[in-house]
Amino acid sequence: MTTLTADLPTNYLTKEHTIASWLLTKDHKRIALLFFASITFFFFIGGFAATLIRLHLVNPAGNLLQPDIYNRMFTMHGIVMVWFFLIPSIPTTMGNFFIPLMIGARDLAFPRINLGSWYLFNLSGLFLLYCLFVGGVDTGWTFYTPYSTLFANGHVIPAAVAVFVNGFSSIMTGLNFVVTIHRLRAPGMTWMRLPLFVWAIYAVSVVMLLATPVLAMTLALIAIERWMGVGIFDPSLGGDPLLFQHMFWFYSHPAVYIMILPAMGLVSELITCFARRPVFGYSGMAYALMAIAVISFFVWAHHMFVAGISIFSAVVFSLMTFFVAVPSAIKVFNWTATLHKGSITFDAPMLYALGFVGLFTIGGLTGLMVATLAVDIHVHDTYFVIAHFHYIMVGGTVSAFFGGLHYWWPKMTGRLYPEMWARVAAIVTFLGFNLTFFPQFILGYLGMPRRYYAYPPDFQVWHVLSSAGASILAVAYTLPLLYLGWSLIWGPRAGPNPWRATGLEWLTSSPPPQHNFARTPIVKAPPYQYNPADGSYVAQDGSVHA
Amino acid sequence: MQWVPFWPRDASVTAQSIDMLTIGELALVVVILGFVFGLMIVFGLRYRRGSSADRSHLVEKTWHWEIGWTVGSLAAFLVLFVWGANMYVWLYEPPPADLEIYVVAKQWMWKAEHPGGQREINELHVPLGKSVRLLLTSEDVVHSFFVPAFRVKHDVLPGQYETFWFKPTETGRFLLECTQYCGTQHAHMGGVIVVMPQTEYARWLTIQGVHQSLAQQGEALFRKYGCSGCHDPNSTVHAPSLAGLYGSIVHLQNGETTIADERYLRDCILLGASRILPAGYPPVMPAFAGQIGEDDLIKLVAYIQSLAQTQRASR
Repeated sequence: MTTLTADLPTNYLTKEHTIASWLLTKDHKRIALLFFASITFFFFIGGFAATLIRLHLVNPAGNLLQPDIYNRMFTMHGIVMVWFFLIPSIPTTMGNFFIPLMIGARDLAFPRINLGSWYLFNLSGLFLLYCLFVGGVDTGWTFYTPYSTLFANGHVIPAAVAVFVNGFSSIMTGLNFVVTIHRLRAPGMTWMRLPLFVWAIYAVSVVMLLATPVLAMTLALIAIERWMGVGIFDPSLGGDPLLFQHMFWFYSHPAVYIMILPAMGLVSELITCFARRPVFGYSGMAYALMAIAVISFFVWAHHMFVAGISIFSAVVFSLMTFFVAVPSAIKVFNWTATLHKGSITFDAPMLYALGFVGLFTIGGLTGLMVATLAVDIHVHDTYFVIAHFHYIMVGGTVSAFFGGLHYWWPKMTGRLYPEMWARVAAIVTFLGFNLTFFPQFILGYLGMPRRYYAYPPDFQVWHVLSSAGASILAVAYTLPLLYLGWSLIWGPRAGPNPWRATGLEWLTSSPPPQHNFARTPIVKAPPYQYNPADGSYVAQDGSVHA
Repeated sequence: MQWVPFWPRDASVTAQSIDMLTIGELALVVVILGFVFGLMIVFGLRYRRGSSADRSHLVEKTWHWEIGWTVGSLAAFLVLFVWGANMYVWLYEPPPADLEIYVVAKQWMWKAEHPGGQREINELHVPLGKSVRLLLTSEDVVHSFFVPAFRVKHDVLPGQYETFWFKPTETGRFLLECTQYCGTQHAHMGGVIVVMPQTEYARWLTIQGVHQSLAQQGEALFRKYGCSGCHDPNSTVHAPSLAGLYGSIVHLQNGETTIADERYLRDCILLGASRILPAGYPPVMPAFAGQIGEDDLIKLVAYIQSLAQTQRASR
């Protein structure tokens, strides 16, 4: 990478060249790139598992993979995608890279903790790879007891240790962001001048800090029951299987918001920039992010409506789930309203962002359907739920991730990517995604349960369509790897601000120098001061650009 | 000939109600999606860069818009919430049923026990038009009992009874599936619900070669496990009489009250002398956890249930 930017003024990529300068770096930008490498690796492992699953399901008899292998594949797909891609995806890469830049800081508050977080992440990844190589685990990513503690014959403990260690990486990242956003904002960067991406990362960091320790406890208890036979979750030992589900979802529901909140913030950046107008209802958007973060802690038992919880608690949790939909609805309406009277261009980041809004809305509305108690009785644990959360997680978070990656690519690398190819990839992603997951709504309502390696032949048409979509999606996700890689060497040089955006991150050179800014910027303006009528904008340092 | 299936069959009273709710929700989903996608497309075309649309008087924030669509969507959501919650209570709080059947799940099969003592595996015969209440438990891990055509589902947990009901409205054979991942052959933990006309069902019951009802088998076990030594009306031990216990209100030693349902009877047998036994008796009841299997427990509970019925009949 050193040769690519050799002729540029010295920047964070060219400042030092040794391998040690990367592995021992305390620069948030380099650590972000390290995280990029790690999560990209795991994204393709998880994607490989998904590919095998979809290939296997083309045939209703399910005779491509052995049942035990199939069960290990969907478990690996879930664990990898949830903890090794979706949760760290936006915060550890774009959050790491851009939070200090966006608030005008030289680095995160705790650079060593930041680096330590990456090492812990990789350590947990090694545990997971070990688990995979010695034969995998077949509990599903949810580790439901007493199956996981007493009956599963896979390698539950290495997988649990992997997720346990991974959680601490998450906690360290969250802690770093909370302190950084509280303490290191540049002069004039008041809370109500923070870009929405910063708000989103702040919200998600709070959730990470509060929820992840519960996951650690839960996994420790699983290990204690499995190793020592102490009755915690297994009724034959005097335990309670529902206790596990409560503890697991107390973490894992907020974890869903850990995955989607950063995407929401990111998309707000993209839509305002490419609609060239201020975001509609800035304070409403910021409060909605915080409201989602808070309410997300009070909805966990909606995963348990058919599990045998009391009718009263089911009614309460259903109601809370409807409440959490309200701030999400505000966000969707405000994104849409942000297009009103804009001056819109459809560059790749905007295509991804608009795709996000559409797919997130579908995912959110079907989420209300599964939150409705009586409907959930029918669709719970079927492909309907699978389709619903993939619309949020893949249609939402992954789209936003790619949108952000394209948007900030020039800043991170100093190169422009080929716009035409990027637009093609964005559109193919949207189409392939819908072809993959829309049939799964129908399958689910028909009664196709999740985690089945074989299924009634009636359902085959929908499964084949879904697998066809998945192969399109695989191409769409590989394309950026190719053309973004190409642009590293042959892409045209990007100026400091190719999108004419207002954030502080665009005030420094591309790629930024090692300590981000030559002089700490003074913030004089709220974010998103775009004027659609004449194309001018006011950057956050108060400078006016015609 | 069925071409590509698009909507599952509905074959129970509850299926039709749940479908109504689903269709109501789908309608709302389509309206909102139409609104959001419509606006995105209209704005995207009208306000694309270079278009001559008027961009003066930019609205940056208007609370009345935000409050308007928030209140509007919340109201629509709350209607759906109340509708769905109401139906959930109806489904999961079973009314007095015409027929009670015990179901025991284990890796990877479903065992059913009819009140008359008939047993079947991976099949469940039920009469048309009668409300059937299931009492489900598991011998190992968590399973889930799902009949798509009835739109009913309930997890089946080890260590306790779960209950729900359905009322078939069509004869035929309907798929039964396990929807909670339970190990290697989870995908093949299925079965068939056979709905028969009532006369045919009555005939089916008689040809199963069973001579003793579940309660009668339970009575034999009641003596075998030594329960009768204390709980027999003639016993000298100060133990509560079980006649009329089922369905009555019990004051517990921990000060609470409960209704003596199947779950309570089962817990008392397994836990023995504990804080959940009725107040006013010495703590001498032995715990039977680990000694009585699910099949025998069902029979014992059925026997205690039958004691209440005979008492009611004699009143």
